[in-house]
Amino acid sequence: MSTAVAQKRGLGAVIWDYLTTVDHKKIAHLYLVAGGLFFLIGGLEAMIIRIQLMKPDNNFISAGLYNEMITMHGTTMIFLAAMPLIFALMNAVVPLQIGARDVAFPFLNSLGFWLFLFGGLMLNVSWFTGGAPDAGWTNYAPLSTISPGHGVDYYVMGLQISGAGTLIGGINFLVTIVNMRAPGMTYMRMPLFTWSTFVTSTLILFAFPALTVGLFLMMFDRMFGSAFFDVGLGGNAIIWEHLFWIFGHPEVYILILPLFGAFSDIFSTFSKKRLFGYSAMVFATVLIGFLGFMVWAHHMFTVGMGPIANSIFAVATMAIAVPTGIKIFNWLFTMWGGQIKMTSAMLWSVAFIPSFTIGGMTGVMLAAAAADYQYHDTYFVVGHFHYVIVGGVVFGLFASLHYWWPKMFGKVLNEKLGKLAFWPFFIGFHLTFFIQHFLGLMGMPRRYWVFQEGQGLATGNIISTAGAFLMALGTIIFLINVIYTSVKEKKVSGDPWGGRTLEWSIPSPPPHYNFVQTPLVRGLDPLWVEKMDGKEGMTPAEPLGDIHMPNASILPFTISLGLFIAGFGFIYQVDDPTWLIAVFAGMAITLGSMLTRSLKDDLGHHIHKEELEEDIKKGVGKS
Amino acid sequence: MSSEDVLNPKHMPHDPEKATLEGKNKFIGFWFFLGGETVLFASLFGTYLALNGSTQGENTPEHLFGLELVFIMTMLLLTSSLTSVYAMYHMKNQDFKKMQIWLGITVVLGLGFLGMEIYEFYHYIHHYEFTFRSSAFGSAFYTLVGFHGGHVLFGLCWIVSLMLRNQKRGLNLYNAPKFYIASLYWHFIDVVWVFIFTVVYLMGKVG
Repeated sequence: MSTAVAQKRGLGAVIWDYLTTVDHKKIAHLYLVAGGLFFLIGGLEAMIIRIQLMKPDNNFISAGLYNEMITMHGTTMIFLAAMPLIFALMNAVVPLQIGARDVAFPFLNSLGFWLFLFGGLMLNVSWFTGGAPDAGWTNYAPLSTISPGHGVDYYVMGLQISGAGTLIGGINFLVTIVNMRAPGMTYMRMPLFTWSTFVTSTLILFAFPALTVGLFLMMFDRMFGSAFFDVGLGGNAIIWEHLFWIFGHPEVYILILPLFGAFSDIFSTFSKKRLFGYSAMVFATVLIGFLGFMVWAHHMFTVGMGPIANSIFAVATMAIAVPTGIKIFNWLFTMWGGQIKMTSAMLWSVAFIPSFTIGGMTGVMLAAAAADYQYHDTYFVVGHFHYVIVGGVVFGLFASLHYWWPKMFGKVLNEKLGKLAFWPFFIGFHLTFFIQHFLGLMGMPRRYWVFQEGQGLATGNIISTAGAFLMALGTIIFLINVIYTSVKEKKVSGDPWGGRTLEWSIPSPPPHYNFVQTPLVRGLDPLWVEKMDGKEGMTPAEPLGDIHMPNASILPFTISLGLFIAGFGFIYQVDDPTWLIAVFAGMAITLGSMLTRSLKDDLGHHIHKEELEEDIKKGVGKS
Repeated sequence: MSSEDVLNPKHMPHDPEKATLEGKNKFIGFWFFLGGETVLFASLFGTYLALNGSTQGENTPEHLFGLELVFIMTMLLLTSSLTSVYAMYHMKNQDFKKMQIWLGITVVLGLGFLGMEIYEFYHYIHHYEFTFRSSAFGSAFYTLVGFHGGHVLFGLCWIVSLMLRNQKRGLNLYNAPKFYIASLYWHFIDVVWVFIFTVVYLMGKVG
């Protein structure tokens, strides 16, 4: 119903629809577009870095601009590209996988998106107002506290706003998974992607507040004259490092775990087998999540915490290799003896296994505290984390997009173009980052603007830059594929892959209430269970009846807009107190919107049985 | 059956705050949120413990704090937690009037606490010239205790707006979860204060 109506409406109505929507499927579109855009910006920054490092003593960009580039590349890719793209997948898939009609808090879902977007915009506005943040994505004090201009202030306010959005999103998915599962969908029947979303959301909940506090302290030091990181007044710069990494280390698991879940679903679907060692996979996911909180100080081995602390964190870090190894083997065993179909999604997934394993191996090398004194702040570290983040997260995003694209948009991404995008990206990726390990071992430090002639670093760097261009080529082909598919490809059924889980039991894209009748889940891989019993779709768990749905609202947008305005006020009141007007005006908009939300009842609306019956006649409800 | 009828049943269930799916979601979602808040305050406590010795030789915790005032503040806040329990007790018995009265008492006690905290800060700034900017200890003290004070202020505004909004229509299954999680929030603020009283004031005096 909703899609047919939307097509007839004008552009203005569509924009208004997206500004006010609380539908998880549309919010997934918003996250996908915004995250994709920031991914391109972050990619552009990466290309500029690689061009600067193409040859010795290059002066393609100035040293100051180079610092801004590396800072914004890291910050953008982690917070504004990877996280929202993961949230796009979670929004598109998790409610469908558990048989729910929406998330637990549709209003908060929308609020989370708008906070992220305004935070991301805030960060990038800095390019045009006198300089972006330039103290590295880790923003260590005192480099950050004494950084001139307002760049770091934008970092603080932008991340504070978008971080609040992420926290809200995390709580939303926790409650959704606890409370909204369809009858029979027990915890140990949940698909791995839902499981990993659950564990990831827990990590978000307990990790992000540490960043919130760190950013507040940084904000107070830079804008209100406090002395947390000011050694002259008794402050301690190491506090920032601890708070940042208490957040930052769980953050890398927040990034990778959802994709681990997606890979599990993909391997199992395209091998036509249930996941090997399901309960071990669940256990390993939870264990990685737990250990993820115990290892933050391995980023700080050279700070001088002493041999005992270093040893404890080294051992804890190495321990994470065990559950991760369990996962790698279970994926291999899932494929073993299966009827493997090498689709694009599968290609990215298969390529992920050796790539990520290399990254894991160098991770164990870095975990050896004594050896880390040699690796620390060299290109070895850069090579390592790009192997896990690109080889794990980015490969996972491409695989997931190929896999769930038909569910989100009703069309399968062109397979030929999909594979054509894969090969340059895959080869380019290894070309770019494998050599960086050796550059690091040869002594090339990270974050340096230039390297000099005659240090033996020139060959490695030109290879690395060439690889980056191949990765860019792969990305461009993927974008062409998206456009080609939306123009040329035909609509497909709701179940193009021969799926096993609930999302494939409904049409693509799903009607806005998802399930006409809530399905009854009878086992792991519920749709597969029904197929094996010779049934066409799921058995309903309830009679056909009215469906209760949440109302759209513009308030999430205004709440976020208020904080965006207040953010500028906070940044510039240092120069001129009249900017405090922006602080008060912005906070008034935000708090006023919150009060409106609290005072005005929002009871939602019903979709009546008769409308549903009409939809069924038109063929909605069957995959 | 319309939403109105569902939310105003003839016989209220014993746990009106968890009788609807929305209520259940709010209930568990708010507990998760408090988990996040715990990490937030834990980070602030960690920062405070790292910096409470950095007094730059003047205005040490021992010199500044007066336990008499803080003791009264503690009693006010602890009692307000108890009165909010009474309010929830009456909510479960569908006695809306008594619930409002006890919430009102909670707000008055909370206001008393907040007033004394403002006085305390004023006193430190004007009589001791101990400010947010004087030392790392000053920054950490005002941030930790101020964050708590900010939470108290937000909680008061929240409870008051709930009381005013629902004064005429009484209790139903739509607003019961709202009252309930506001009281959860109030308990959380109370628990944080117990730690502030111990870590900041008692340890400041003894240590």
